[in-house]
Amino acid sequence: MTATSSSGARQLGCIALFAVIVACVPLVTKSGVALNFVMMALYATLIAQAWNILGGFGGQFSFGHALFFGTGAYIQAIAQLQGGINPWVALPMGVGGAAAVGLFVGALSFRYGLKGSYFALVTLAFAEVFRIIAVSVPFTGGGVGLMVPLRESAANMQFASRAGYLWLVLGFVVVALLVTWWLRNGRFGAYLQAVRDDEDAARAVGVNPFRIKLAAICLSAAFMGAAGAFYVQVFQYIDPGIAYGPATSVEALVAAIVGGMGTLWGPVLGAVVLHVLADLTRNLFGELPGINMVIYGVVLVLIVIFLPRGIAGIGRSVRQLWAGQGTGP
Amino acid sequence: MSEALLDIRGLSRSFGGLKAVQNVSLTVREGSLSALIGPNGAGKTTLFALMSGFLKPDSGTVRFAGQDITGHEPHRNARLGMTRTFQIVKPFAAQTVRENIAVGVHLHERRRSAALLQAEQVAQQVGLASQLDKPASDLTVAGRKRLELARALATRPRLLLLDEVLAGLNPQEIAGMMPVVRGIADSGVTVLMIEHVMQAVMHLAEHVWVLAQGQLIAEGSPAVVTADDKVVEAYLGHGTAARLRKASAGATA
Repeated sequence: MTATSSSGARQLGCIALFAVIVACVPLVTKSGVALNFVMMALYATLIAQAWNILGGFGGQFSFGHALFFGTGAYIQAIAQLQGGINPWVALPMGVGGAAAVGLFVGALSFRYGLKGSYFALVTLAFAEVFRIIAVSVPFTGGGVGLMVPLRESAANMQFASRAGYLWLVLGFVVVALLVTWWLRNGRFGAYLQAVRDDEDAARAVGVNPFRIKLAAICLSAAFMGAAGAFYVQVFQYIDPGIAYGPATSVEALVAAIVGGMGTLWGPVLGAVVLHVLADLTRNLFGELPGINMVIYGVVLVLIVIFLPRGIAGIGRSVRQLWAGQGTGP
Repeated sequence: MSEALLDIRGLSRSFGGLKAVQNVSLTVREGSLSALIGPNGAGKTTLFALMSGFLKPDSGTVRFAGQDITGHEPHRNARLGMTRTFQIVKPFAAQTVRENIAVGVHLHERRRSAALLQAEQVAQQVGLASQLDKPASDLTVAGRKRLELARALATRPRLLLLDEVLAGLNPQEIAGMMPVVRGIADSGVTVLMIEHVMQAVMHLAEHVWVLAQGQLIAEGSPAVVTADDKVVEAYLGHGTAARLRKASAGATA
């Protein structure tokens, strides 16, 4: 027993260490390129972590996580533009709005027992519906999108240097790490994984799968909403394609699967590795549009075939491959 | 000790044209160890599903500990103290034996560390203590049956519904498992088991119900039930009882 609780404490120590080291990056380098890279890697980590809560721990594979990302982004932008609301106040609204959309989609699909590819298709369809709505209704600026005016100040959540944004998104990532840690070391996470592994067996021992999955999708959507709000603050622009298009959905799930589903550090590893790959190929092939998506696809296929547990589970996968060869014909 | 813990009245359920369970009534007394037997396809597992809430009956009522629980979701019944196991075992394959059992413990223990600790005691009770940190997917069939039992037992049920925990085990493994079931009943848990292994039914059960083609055809002590003509014919075919009697009369003559 002491083994389990001390490994939990060690993981918390690792999270603290990670937070301190990454937070120090802007103190070491002033290079805009380096800071931008770290910031974007953290942003990719955040959406992978968000997907991992529902997909990795809950086994509900969403193909439309952009649904929550876009909702957070639009609420963040519209609250400032139409309501004149301070972005720090808009942020919890964006997070809450995304969670509310998660609650709605979850209630609808889990009530009717949608699983596997059916659930994936429903999330994909909802993201597409929201994209079309965002193009059509007036308050989203339609296909033109929304521009948040530039007014640099920390009080306005617009920072003069990338360092401010880096610390902001690092804060989100650390919260997501702590929530993931709690999933691995608490009853809710145990129930969520039980539902993932066998829903009927979980029901037989007193777990209500509907409520557990609903809580998971809300939690997952909330972090996705935070990522959307962050995106708006960094780029000061959002349009329906960016908000609800498939790119964000794919990036979220590929990073989580490549890194290792249902693990603490998998999404971090996956996001960093994919980000490095995307940057390298951009230098090699120039700005070939969509080349990063091709790379993601290839990496995903290779990982699913050779490392089904992702990068975080590389040790176990390799050992099993060896053992398999040893006992094979 | 002889209060009715589970009481079902006129329970029926059809699938299309197949009447899987027809008008079944039975009462399980608190503290008893009883068995539900019958040929393949008799509707035993369907009856379990109706009792535990995995299926809703077309008609009839289920009462547990004095409450009407007809049509309640299984997780609500588990919280009331009725837990079932599955004939086709359902381990949480990605998790260790300890983590599997802890999911059951969590029904009455919120804290993770305490649940993982209590899982050890339950594992000891079913003889899984040496395999606590193995992934559930690495267990043998016998191990998985024990895990299925352990996870249900961890919820501290008042009534345990065991669906063929001995099926698929070799004679040695059956001999190892029987004292485990006996021990659970002796610890005060009411047990109702579906079982094909007659040796176990004869040794363990105080009371037996026989289900054939969705209907109860006999009940009583194991000795009474196995001597019943209707039961013999349900298993071996119409007219068998008479032929067997004639044959044994001829042998003794």
